[in-house]
Amino acid sequence: MVNVIIEVSKYLLVLLMALYTYWNFSYFRFREEWQQNRVCGRQDAAMFLMHFVAYVVLYLKSEDERVVLFYIAQVIFFGVYLGLYRLFYRKMSRILVNNMCMLLTIGFIILTRLSFEKAVRQFVIVAAAALVTWIIPFILDRAWQLARIPWVYGSLGLGLLILVWIVGNNSFGAQLSLSIAGFQFQPSEFVKISFVFFVAAMFYRSTDFKTIAVTTAMAAAHVLVLVLSKDLGSALIFFLTYLTMLFVATTNWLYLGTGLAGGCVASVLAYALFSHVRVRVTAWSNPWADIDNQGYQITQSLFAIGTGGWFGMGLYQGMPYKIPVVEKDFVFAAISEELGGVFAICVLLVCLGCFLQFMMLAARMEAMFYKLIAFGLGMVYGTQVLLTAGGVTKFIPSTGVTLPFVSYGGSSILSTFIVFAVIQGLYILKRDDEEDYE
Amino acid sequence: MNRKAPNPKANKSIMIITYGVVGIFVCLLGYMGYFLQVKSETVINNSYNARLDRFSDRILRGEILSSDGRVLAETLVGEDGSETRNYPYGSLFAHVVGYSDYGKTGLEALGNFYLLSSHMNLVEQTINELSGVKNIGDNVVTTLDVDLQQAASEALGDRKGAVVAMEPDTGKILAMVSKPGFNPNTLRADWEALISGDNKEAQLLNRATQGVYPPGSTFKMVTALAYMREYPTDWQDFTFDCDGTFEWKDYKISCYHENVHGTQNLEEAFANSCNGAFASLGLELNLNKMMDLTGQLLFNRELPLAIAYSKSSYAMGSGADDWERLQTSIGQGNTQMTPIHNAILTSAIANGGVAMKPYLIDHVESEAGEEVKKFLPSAYGSLMEPEEADILSGLMRKVVTDGTGSAVRTEDYAVAGKTGSAEFETGKESHAWFTGFAPAEDPRLVVTVIVEEGGAGGQVAAPIARTLFDLYFSR
Repeated sequence: MVNVIIEVSKYLLVLLMALYTYWNFSYFRFREEWQQNRVCGRQDAAMFLMHFVAYVVLYLKSEDERVVLFYIAQVIFFGVYLGLYRLFYRKMSRILVNNMCMLLTIGFIILTRLSFEKAVRQFVIVAAAALVTWIIPFILDRAWQLARIPWVYGSLGLGLLILVWIVGNNSFGAQLSLSIAGFQFQPSEFVKISFVFFVAAMFYRSTDFKTIAVTTAMAAAHVLVLVLSKDLGSALIFFLTYLTMLFVATTNWLYLGTGLAGGCVASVLAYALFSHVRVRVTAWSNPWADIDNQGYQITQSLFAIGTGGWFGMGLYQGMPYKIPVVEKDFVFAAISEELGGVFAICVLLVCLGCFLQFMMLAARMEAMFYKLIAFGLGMVYGTQVLLTAGGVTKFIPSTGVTLPFVSYGGSSILSTFIVFAVIQGLYILKRDDEEDYE
Repeated sequence: MNRKAPNPKANKSIMIITYGVVGIFVCLLGYMGYFLQVKSETVINNSYNARLDRFSDRILRGEILSSDGRVLAETLVGEDGSETRNYPYGSLFAHVVGYSDYGKTGLEALGNFYLLSSHMNLVEQTINELSGVKNIGDNVVTTLDVDLQQAASEALGDRKGAVVAMEPDTGKILAMVSKPGFNPNTLRADWEALISGDNKEAQLLNRATQGVYPPGSTFKMVTALAYMREYPTDWQDFTFDCDGTFEWKDYKISCYHENVHGTQNLEEAFANSCNGAFASLGLELNLNKMMDLTGQLLFNRELPLAIAYSKSSYAMGSGADDWERLQTSIGQGNTQMTPIHNAILTSAIANGGVAMKPYLIDHVESEAGEEVKKFLPSAYGSLMEPEEADILSGLMRKVVTDGTGSAVRTEDYAVAGKTGSAEFETGKESHAWFTGFAPAEDPRLVVTVIVEEGGAGGQVAAPIARTLFDLYFSR
């Protein structure tokens, strides 16, 4: 009987996710606030229902009462978070908060299935991050000085990266994290944000050649340190974010073209110089040749996605734990395996929806500083999603980045919370402005 | 704040970049859809994919059938629900059908995914789900022909070796025998003895695909092709005077049993398998070109084969000394070849130069007999020009009409082939090879035979091939 429930729930989960995703895009059709609110309300219903169905299955399969308590805690959290956000920040983007909660929900579901302990830890981190970043829109609304201190962002960020490179902990062959008071912490996740602020503040100040040269040198330094730390995913995110921010600030095709060409040359050089780059590329181009070692992770991931098929194996029916670091970089494969390819594609579409929201906001902001921040953070987010989903599906070589809000990991969660909170702050700022005009 | 004029075109740039990112997203989604719909089936059907084993909790492993529907492997369910895999033909299909208890081999590995997928009708599936009964997996219908397999096995008898029979124009493998065999029905009881270090028989090895042997004179097909390519206008003018032993510097190359062949042109030397003639023409070959050619002919390459196999090797580099050159041209030296590779090469010659991918699964059908998936012949590629294949075909025909292949000479059909007697250890009998096809004018069947320590290919291996041809063309 449990089998039948799981079988039926599988399709129900896919259906609810598909509905949610549909509403995520149908939202753009509506101009009136009450219409948009109605769509968002439906999304919330689909989300809570999906959450409920998934936890019924999780409980039936694990037969662990703690799962029930955990579920209740999450419902309370999401209820309070959604409610309070609406109450305090009336002008926030409701659909963005929805997407945030949806992605977190999916993360909790898949993490509970993979490891209850990790899911609980994730929940604690999420709650703390939600609390801490609560204040960000409020600050942003009042602090114009943020645009005046580019070198604080720049030197702080670069300094942190260099520190990690020198004394960082080694994980999977890359220096990624620092240990502080027993906590592992990945500075590159936060430097992504300070970097965007740095570039935005610089280009806000001026886009003359000298500023561009200095900013480019600083950006190159960031990327170089990351490559040396073997954090290729972050290096690529920084590179693309910088290049596109420069393009938005100047609309100079020459910069974009030169930058892309330079990136290609740099990639070839990196391939020739660093063995860890070659390893990644070989593991991508033919993982089957070395299925026991370098190709193991990606082939296991492909087995997971392929065996799951369009509608998935159902929760607890697959073997996602066969994939190394499945709860972090390869969580997308676990989702696809057990919840289905359709579900995973919907997750990507929700992420794409967030990206589009960021870009639309960037287009609407008038001050160059804010425009560039919205755009830059959007690029960081979009590239990150593309890199992780592309790497897991062997679309591109795997670069070891996390899926924001879904993957397990404190730094990733907190930094993504900050990004979304900043964007909410800008939303509110924008709508305040608009009201002032009226 | 000293605000410079902001870039008025910024929003246009944002739009361009947004389109770019959305474009990449669409590509990724498209790729994922393509992977799920098209590629995933071949990807997940891999012995490293432990997930497939999980399927057997809910699905009763399907049957493996011969091309005419006879059961080669089935799962019997006992009264207590215990499952045993049963192989009605015992050791006859041991290697090619394989086993599924200690890891999976042969067709049990190749068809694992299909055997563990069910295409029963949905109503039945749901009823089974509800009542906790396993669904019945699909059946894999192979290209194997029970009668040919039986004939090959009987003809080989107790000798060690392998027989492969395939259709040159489709790549369908009709028979694949390897001896010594094992009984898959008693594998559990025999396992320890089979894998014991004291066991020198290697019964588990599929000699047809994994056994590597010196190709002996069957390699003269390659040497002859190399010579024709290098001397396209005057290869027919080649002559050699054979007195039973060819002496070059301090080296001696003898013909089989020091037979004296007299004056030989290339065609005669090939038909009589004159070692002296081929050793001498080998000295005239460009070693780099030889290396390229053997690569094209799949030496040192992956074979287009889905079951476990060994790579054939050809190792003569440009720095080879004369002794190695003499040896290599007649298929001795360091060259090693699997029987299936020889069969692929022979098929390409029979098929106008085009090698078809050998395959074993014809189609997959549901337990009710409805076709689920059909495998069609596909070409691996052209190994040589059609004219070259024609000439080689002619040379091979002469082997049967005028040379060492007299054992397959008959009025009923015309065979073209090549014999080989590969020496591998002083004081031991040579390995006996035969590889050939019939009818020569319109090839329908390729047979490759090796008998370990059998002696002369023409006397030992060719008669086994004859048995298969006789049976095939009498139907």
